[in-house]
Amino acid sequence: MSAQPETHWRDALAEGRLLLQRSRSSGAVVFPPRIMEPGTGEEDLEWIEASGMGTVYAVTIVHPRPPAEPYNVVLVDLDERVRLMSRVDGVAADAVRIGARVRARIVEEERQPLLVFEAA
Amino acid sequence: MGGTFPRGDAAIAGLATFGLGEATGWSAIELAARAGLDAVADAAMVLDDVDGLFVCLPDDMFGGLALAEYLGIAPRYTDCNRTGGSAFMSHVAVASVMLAAGYIDTALITYGSNQRTAGGKLTTPAKSSRYEAPYKPLFPISAYALAASRHFHEYGTTRAQLAEVAVAARGWANGNPEAFAKGPLTIEDVLAGRMLSTPLTAKDCCLVTDGAAAVVLTRTNRARNCPKPPVPVLGAAAATWHHAISQMPDLTTTAAAESGARAYAMAGVGPADIDVVQLYDAFTINTILFLEDLGFCPKGEGGRFVEGGRIAPGGSLPVNTNGGGLSCCHPGMYGLFAIVEAARQIRGEAANPIEGVEVALAHGNGGVLSSQATVILGSIATV
Repeated sequence: MSAQPETHWRDALAEGRLLLQRSRSSGAVVFPPRIMEPGTGEEDLEWIEASGMGTVYAVTIVHPRPPAEPYNVVLVDLDERVRLMSRVDGVAADAVRIGARVRARIVEEERQPLLVFEAA
Repeated sequence: MGGTFPRGDAAIAGLATFGLGEATGWSAIELAARAGLDAVADAAMVLDDVDGLFVCLPDDMFGGLALAEYLGIAPRYTDCNRTGGSAFMSHVAVASVMLAAGYIDTALITYGSNQRTAGGKLTTPAKSSRYEAPYKPLFPISAYALAASRHFHEYGTTRAQLAEVAVAARGWANGNPEAFAKGPLTIEDVLAGRMLSTPLTAKDCCLVTDGAAAVVLTRTNRARNCPKPPVPVLGAAAATWHHAISQMPDLTTTAAAESGARAYAMAGVGPADIDVVQLYDAFTINTILFLEDLGFCPKGEGGRFVEGGRIAPGGSLPVNTNGGGLSCCHPGMYGLFAIVEAARQIRGEAANPIEGVEVALAHGNGGVLSSQATVILGSIATV
């Protein structure tokens, strides 16, 4: 891989692709992107395309001072067995449930590509 | 061979707190120096005795160097550990090993913060990771809220059980002249608090106060000759399993399960031997998680465990007897205040004295449940 892992991941996200790393020897999937497999130090990481499917692991609804609207912040377990922070769009803030199946979507926000989820 | 500890070789010989609540006009370094001087005096020592300086100022990454200059001392060793609010428990571990090895003779661990009167917000250089910040979690409360959501989901824990923790802390604070938040507090009051990040309301969150604390450690044989009862360090262990909340392996089990187990093994005691418990209660969920992870109740039972005032004054397990971060003080990094309260209970000089305390536990938390560190202190009779 040419670019540094974090740059490579962000460049792919800007192209609408959600990438993860996987160790060729152990098969373990790695996120956030790293230069080695955490724990083992193995450097045989390859990029794989994520399925984009996941399950809500934890959820909180942030209540900013009005008039700003409440919004959700979730932790999602991807089917590839990595966890990340995100939010679930397209549903009321308080309708997000732990255990719900969700699908990744890449949107643009503040001129940056952003990974969000919607109900699957 | 890892994991050994010089049980009882080092002891707290002096301690102090200063400026809890509002210390108008004081800077962080002035507060840290004031508490430091008071702790040195409490040990009947002089500043020149201090040859190991352990500092973690909230706003100064080089605070140890700044404080050495301010005090006008040239320590053999200066430590500015940045593991968050548990840094002071790690300081106790390092200082104890150094004292036992003869590397230093007297350690001063001190902290001061003016975050309340200086601006009223938590002072911390910590923030969400680059992978988390775009989703605008409130830092650090949303991380703890996520952990609480998972605990509710897996174990049926309720907001009323979280509220029990805040109510118990207030009960202790009402008996402590130093405590900042006093007055009646009911479960209904907590439930009616302003919702910040579900399920945590403003009343599930620690205070934002000023304050300073300090302890002086020396070898126990020397501490025996100091005027106050020596408080030997029986065990001290730190553990970290993650930094960002999204990388925490299991949101319902913290690394306190490891730091606690190691500290117990060093001290040769278990949860049943602990007479008084001081836990870093940045949020109400912390107390529940740590009671479980430190073995005071089974995993998942923390919510039910705290019901009925069990950890409040008059309950069967005294927890956070100064009022904790929720109602006594929370000047940004609370860990050292938990250590001071544990030592005061062993000395018999706490504001809410517990009868016959021989062994006390002080547990620190840093980051977003990221750093966990446990110190077990005893009376001189335990060594």
